[in-house]
Amino acid sequence: MNIEKKRKIESIIALSLSGLAAAGGLFWLIYILADVLIHGIGALNMALFLNDPAPAGIEGGGLKNAFVGQLLITFVATLIGVPIGVLGGTFLAEYARGKKIARIISILSDIMVSVPSIVVGAFVYAILVRPLHHFSGWAGAVALSIIMIPVVLRTTEDMLSLVPWTVREAAFALGAPYYKVIIQVVYRGAATGILTGVLLSIARVAGETAPLLFTSFNNNFFSFNMNGPLASLTVTIFQYAMGPYKSWHAQAWAASLVITLFVLALTILGRLALKWRYKR
Amino acid sequence: MPSKRNTYDLLFSSITAVASFAILIFIVGILLVLVSESSLAIGKFGFLKFLTSTAWNPVKSEFGAATSIYGTFLTTIIALIIALPIAIGIAIFVTEIAPNFLKGPIGGAIELLAAIPSIIYGMWGLFTLAPIMSKYIEPALQGTLGKLPGLEFLFKGTPMGIDVLTASVILSIMIIPFTASISRDAFNLTPGVVKESAYAIGATQWEVVKNVVLPYSKLGVFGGAALSLGRALGETMAVAFVLGNNHKIATSLLDAASTITVTLANEFTEADSDVYLSSLYYLALVLFVLSFVILAIAKFFLLKAERKYSR
Repeated sequence: MNIEKKRKIESIIALSLSGLAAAGGLFWLIYILADVLIHGIGALNMALFLNDPAPAGIEGGGLKNAFVGQLLITFVATLIGVPIGVLGGTFLAEYARGKKIARIISILSDIMVSVPSIVVGAFVYAILVRPLHHFSGWAGAVALSIIMIPVVLRTTEDMLSLVPWTVREAAFALGAPYYKVIIQVVYRGAATGILTGVLLSIARVAGETAPLLFTSFNNNFFSFNMNGPLASLTVTIFQYAMGPYKSWHAQAWAASLVITLFVLALTILGRLALKWRYKR
Repeated sequence: MPSKRNTYDLLFSSITAVASFAILIFIVGILLVLVSESSLAIGKFGFLKFLTSTAWNPVKSEFGAATSIYGTFLTTIIALIIALPIAIGIAIFVTEIAPNFLKGPIGGAIELLAAIPSIIYGMWGLFTLAPIMSKYIEPALQGTLGKLPGLEFLFKGTPMGIDVLTASVILSIMIIPFTASISRDAFNLTPGVVKESAYAIGATQWEVVKNVVLPYSKLGVFGGAALSLGRALGETMAVAFVLGNNHKIATSLLDAASTITVTLANEFTEADSDVYLSSLYYLALVLFVLSFVILAIAKFFLLKAERKYSR
């Protein structure tokens, strides 16, 4: 066999292997999505959203408490996390642009994005749960916002950096002070990008379970009280899936489906907005 | 008038500065809190002795981190061994082989999959993967690889599906999309001209990948692998369902084991004594420092790769 042929065959084999790896990898991922979809749809019904949980082991009931709790915690986390993240990103991209401190904080927040979320939960437990002697929705929201801030901060920094410097110069030339330039010109130019960052960060924390285990804990009853333990979908999924009852498992699948669809929808929405804004 | 403007500007700039310092406050705060909470355990068991002790007995109040640290590294490294080749295969496929109209959709799909919450992977692992593993894959492995002399110990025990192997497989499925999309970005940094010159002297597609793209992007791929390692170390929910939370040094892949994250998730709210809780905080401290260092190394390599090739 001549050398050219050998090289060609070698190339085909290697590339088919990588194609196979791609197909295999995608297969598992699609399998997971399909599985969640099939199991979830079977258990999805209006009662899931409208009823409170039935006593353990008894069929029926819903997860209204968990849906409401999840929304409350995520909403408060967003209220805390987004302003701090956006303002922090503003400092890095504007006032500290090109300075060493901006670079350091930027790198550190990239690391913070991937830091184990369960450690954040343990941290919040020590500062907000134990001193007050009870689990609370507030603590859960704070834990989620700590995870959210680095994400929002980094996207904001990147998006503000995309706004051309000449736009700011044009505003300076009209005599506007820097803070006015930022709020009225730069933010406007980067609005879609910042919004994308916010959407992606909400998607990121909506599926977090580990930081909520020790902070908002869980609550089998319907509650609006952020001062007490609060149910969340993710912690409920953990509890129900590990539990012994078939009806719990079914509800855990349904809740998983809802969370997956929510997270994927937010992610797709964010990416579409970005594509639409920066396509030219 | 100008002074009033300056006051507002000063005010706004200080607010933004304080907001950005939140990151530093979190890092220092987490470190300080974890150290002070774990001081009781450090004092009682010793800084190094705790790390090397395999004891974990809440009843007798004897605690050591060795089993959890061992389990963390075992599952993470097996997961990386499975995930890396597949992720690099996906990246090669997306950047070099796939027709142009498929590149965008497949790349996008992979990034979407990286967004799926880890608890979904965990639950799927418990209800779908674990039965498959215990019924088909693990007995098959026992019958083939487990028969090879020298490898028996890896596949000893009853295949229950709740073990190191299942947890590692789930972890690997979870980090594949993440690793693949970073590798893809690294591959894309290879200048087209260099690839074209290789093709021009008659290189095959695989030779271009092997001799041009991979050497060009090795810093980026290495950084991506390290980043995935850092992430996998701290992953909780994907493994919490299927590892069994068993504090022992597992020698067989079919043993139940525990990781730092699984121990924390299962025992944190049940810790009934101060020493117990403090030991858990010490575990959290170990995890935080470990993953922080690994993520920092990863970031270092990724930045180096970026600086070297993009201009």
